[in-house]
Amino acid sequence: MKQTLLVPPHPLEKRVLTRRFEYPRTEPVWIDEYLQTGGYEAIRKAMSMEPEAIVEEVKKSALRGRGGAGFPTGMKWSFVDRRSPKPKYVVVNADEGEPGTCKDRILMGYDPHRLIEGVLIGARAIGACRGWIYIRGEYREYIEIMDRAIEQAYERGFLGSNVLGTGWEFHLSTHTGAGSYECGEETALLESLEGKRGNPRLKPPFPATSGAFQCPTILNNVETFCAVPDIILNGGEWYASLGTPRNGGTRLVCLSGHIERPGVYEVPLGMNLLTIINEIGGGVWKGRKLKAVIPGGSSSPVLKADECDIPADYDSLAKAGSMLGSGATVVLDETADMTKVLARLMKFYAHESCGWCIPCREGTTWLKKITARLEEGLGTERDLETIDNISQNMLGRTFCPLGDAAAMPAMALVRKFRDEILDRIRQAEAFAPAPGTQPLVVL
Amino acid sequence: MTFSPELEAKFAKMIGNYPPGRQKGALIPMLLYAQDEVGAVTEEVIEEVAKRLKLSRVEVEEVLGYYTMLTREPRGRYHIQICTNISCMLTGGEELFEHACRRLGIGNKGKTPDGQFSLEEVECLGACSWAPAMQVNYEFHYQMTPEKFDRLIESLRKLQ
Repeated sequence: MKQTLLVPPHPLEKRVLTRRFEYPRTEPVWIDEYLQTGGYEAIRKAMSMEPEAIVEEVKKSALRGRGGAGFPTGMKWSFVDRRSPKPKYVVVNADEGEPGTCKDRILMGYDPHRLIEGVLIGARAIGACRGWIYIRGEYREYIEIMDRAIEQAYERGFLGSNVLGTGWEFHLSTHTGAGSYECGEETALLESLEGKRGNPRLKPPFPATSGAFQCPTILNNVETFCAVPDIILNGGEWYASLGTPRNGGTRLVCLSGHIERPGVYEVPLGMNLLTIINEIGGGVWKGRKLKAVIPGGSSSPVLKADECDIPADYDSLAKAGSMLGSGATVVLDETADMTKVLARLMKFYAHESCGWCIPCREGTTWLKKITARLEEGLGTERDLETIDNISQNMLGRTFCPLGDAAAMPAMALVRKFRDEILDRIRQAEAFAPAPGTQPLVVL
Repeated sequence: MTFSPELEAKFAKMIGNYPPGRQKGALIPMLLYAQDEVGAVTEEVIEEVAKRLKLSRVEVEEVLGYYTMLTREPRGRYHIQICTNISCMLTGGEELFEHACRRLGIGNKGKTPDGQFSLEEVECLGACSWAPAMQVNYEFHYQMTPEKFDRLIESLRKLQ
């Protein structure tokens, strides 16, 4: 039998996007059930609104991009010139790959029509004629679910040459990736969509001016689009009121690591990070103490346990020197080996750097080698300075943020857990000769 | 070369998903689906896909060299991918990978002599809340342990 990926609802959760996620269902909400539970009402309403009014409503909602950067969605949409003679496109980023993140699969796997409806509203707002959902290749299961949902939407007239009988033509299809973290970056994703290597593009021009196939494009994460139907139905102000000022609504938090009840939960923005971990996640596993938290995917700088008593929203986390990122919260208990965490993350970024920009290509490789050495107990104290120096020289010097994504956690880990890493160096067991070794020179 | 009727129908539809003259967009999906059917991106697949999308050979090869899921060498009948990234590492992903190496007698990117199993250590599979996670072909397996791994291998062996 298929295993459910859902968790029993927690009283502190605020379920908007996950409203239809009845525990322990295993099957997606297909179109009949979706329609019975208020589905496709929002696009009907949006069709009666002026496109400007849709964008205005999204602006009022204070919805910010859920993929990692946290850019205000309404503003992003307003950058598209609706009068441009070029065709306009919508692209969904479902290339979920940020370590710690596992929310897009839940949204597509259990409520695929919500995503289609969100895309339709975005498409309506900019006057688009076509859209793609770029899903990572490993998610074949979810590509098949989305394909079937898209087919259903075509059959019922929500997609096609005459959407809802209004004469508006809009087509949507899935597009599979084939294994590349870099393709989660918006311009690399667009290159990949065009059938090329996933190297990032120079910005500007931004995708709103020149995106997919060099046409005006809006590109948002799955979760961002999934929030849109409720914004249109209940109003931007209602959605904004769920969160904190400038950080509207709810978000999906993916709890993983050393936690009692890992899972994907929906919480209002601004909920205290410790409440999320201790109440919703049931606290650190095995009765152990909290050591550190990675609050927004592996690219976000780590927070020590005593830094975690803060509201989890974009602005508060930025103030604390980290970021909300993709909402992936990785919990580390007191036994966690931070040198190992550092080395593993750097290995990841070195593997995934696309090689387009030298500071990132060389920087991530250096960081991987140095941190591997530290992990082996062969490091020196100067290595910590080198890591900091390399990281500083990567920040902001690349086309895309992958270089920053490696540099930021490297700097944070080295600065915040300096003593632990130094202890490892001092132990330096690796320098002691193996038992029974014959000395090379006998004096 | 021709593919199965189902795949041919899929390809025909797929090419229409991109703007006129920009059918190159279908390249990566076509290569991946063709690989799933043929077993690898062989010389014939490269030539066929290039012909259909009106591309030069190098445009196909540069993509082939970039994406980790695409391969020129056939993998095992069951391609096992084990994640050892942060969330999986914290919950036993590395131990699981080491166990898999011992159990199958192969290393990273290796293949058993009978061609049944191949193994790969991979980056985040997006299953962090159900870690440690792994994939056999396209099927996910969650909250894995060495014992669960052994049972899975046994059941796959019996299917042969």
